[in-house]
Amino acid sequence: MTRIDKNPSGAGSAVTVRGLVKHYGQTKALDGVDLDVREGTVMGVLGPNGAGKTTLVRILSTLIQPDAGQATVVGYDVVRQPRQLRRVIGLTGQYASVDEKLPGWENLYMIGRLLDLPRKDARARADELLERFSLTEAARRPAATYSGGMRRRLDLAASLIGHPAVLYLDEPTTGLDPRTRNEVWDEVKRMVGDGVTVLLTTQYMEEAEQLASELTVVDRGKVIANGAIEELKAKVGGRTLRIRPLDPLQLRPLAAHLDELGITGLASTTVDTERGAALVPILSDEQLTAVVGAVTARGITLSSITTELPSLDEVFLSLTGHRASAPQDATPADDRQEVAV
Amino acid sequence: MSATALAPTDLRAEARIPLRGHLRHTGALVRRNLLWIRQDPESMFDAILFPVIFTLLFVYVFGGSIGQSLGGGQEAYVQYVVPGLMAMMGMNMAQGVGTGFNQDFNTGVMDRFRSLPIGRGSVLFAKIAVELLRMLFATVVLMIVGVLVGFDITNWTGLLAAVGLSAVFGSALMWVFLTLGVVMKNAQSVQAMGFLVLMPLQFGSSIFAPTQSMPGWLQNFTDYNPLSALADAARGLMVGGPAAHDVWLTLAWSAAITAVMAPVAIHKFRTKA
Repeated sequence: MTRIDKNPSGAGSAVTVRGLVKHYGQTKALDGVDLDVREGTVMGVLGPNGAGKTTLVRILSTLIQPDAGQATVVGYDVVRQPRQLRRVIGLTGQYASVDEKLPGWENLYMIGRLLDLPRKDARARADELLERFSLTEAARRPAATYSGGMRRRLDLAASLIGHPAVLYLDEPTTGLDPRTRNEVWDEVKRMVGDGVTVLLTTQYMEEAEQLASELTVVDRGKVIANGAIEELKAKVGGRTLRIRPLDPLQLRPLAAHLDELGITGLASTTVDTERGAALVPILSDEQLTAVVGAVTARGITLSSITTELPSLDEVFLSLTGHRASAPQDATPADDRQEVAV
Repeated sequence: MSATALAPTDLRAEARIPLRGHLRHTGALVRRNLLWIRQDPESMFDAILFPVIFTLLFVYVFGGSIGQSLGGGQEAYVQYVVPGLMAMMGMNMAQGVGTGFNQDFNTGVMDRFRSLPIGRGSVLFAKIAVELLRMLFATVVLMIVGVLVGFDITNWTGLLAAVGLSAVFGSALMWVFLTLGVVMKNAQSVQAMGFLVLMPLQFGSSIFAPTQSMPGWLQNFTDYNPLSALADAARGLMVGGPAAHDVWLTLAWSAAITAVMAPVAIHKFRTKA
């Protein structure tokens, strides 16, 4: 990564956003957003639907113009230098898409040509990326016949053709089943390993935890928290250990016992009587082990023990004191299947 | 990541796209649109069916009776209606460009293009090029069917001029359909809207029937309808008779429509969220 030297204005920050504002009529999609993505890192932007994540990505991809504020990507201004900027970014996600009527290979070849690769190089690059994303077999089939996971892999391949310095992944796994989601995550991790800077938007805490090193939480067009993902996890309580004793009568004594031990050092144990479980907030694997040890030492028989990441709703609750605002997220807070580990 | 190592200064010099770049981009996009046709050959059906069905329908259903008012019969009507259908070819092209743009917006492909360092005109030029090809194909079909039902091609130069004029008018109308394509929700609405607007204009013109027998108020409309000028110009060019006035009128209309609608379409395209 020699780019930093050649790009003094970036000074280690691949994406710099200051006071970005975008209105749609009365709605403030972005209401003064600040953001820094350091070179070679993955920044997660977490928020519910309608928080402004996609608007942010669209401004950073020069698809729309901000009403106020500034944004630069590797030193290029989104408003004044859109054409140079487009050369250093890759965009993939729920909106920017491949051409479904074209075969996978043709999609990649076309984008190569649109990025001014000579014919020969465009062909080689298409072959290479199809191979890398395990799509060689399907190279000649129209993308419309691809499965959801293959489509996303082709999307990722398409966004990598120009060797972008910064890659935007706009909710890359929304609507995918868990297995396919893991596939996409693995690919993203590989790309990060190659040193590309990533801006990832997501609705899932688990996705952010898997992929991002830093996190910005947005709500109603505003940044409500940001920092290293470990810091934020500490802030929102990290994981929750859900312990179900076989005998429900053991529940309260168990919770009291755990509180006495003071292992977690955070919020106290809560009791979910409806489901017969004690909920213990934990921050580290050591704490997890200590809690399990304490329960075993007490000789309580357990029917199940699981760890859970906080849902988006809980993250919001602990950061802002209110629930995630979008109607989509009006699911009950204890509907955690989505992020259960 | 080493291939990214184009220094920003180099890129700044590349900010303006050279002509070769535009040609390369347009070429890549033409290839894309041609592949669509290969992938989906049915999309060419309308280019074949439109001239066949309209020619047969109008010549055999209405031809006899309208032909009488032309002082002939069905044979006279063939000479009348085939140039009229020629005039409609450009409008179909315009509609094709508009619906194609709409599809690209709706499938997210346009976002991909707009996030690439290409001139935005390339996407349009490629679409136009392919729709022009489709139009030429439909024109050949029209001429074959026309000749089969008795159309006399007496003036090849005039025929080519009529094709060109139809394409010019179609290119002007294209801005209207591009605006619709950007504004409307889906391709069906673009088509429906186009149909609603074009249908009265087409039938309220001299494309299918002479206007003399129409009531006075309608004649006032048809006289100023640009499609009448276009149809009469095509007629004059293809079968003879005075053409110059209608040709100029058609060109003036094309220029006027472009002057008004091109800025609107470009503005809508630029500000599309």
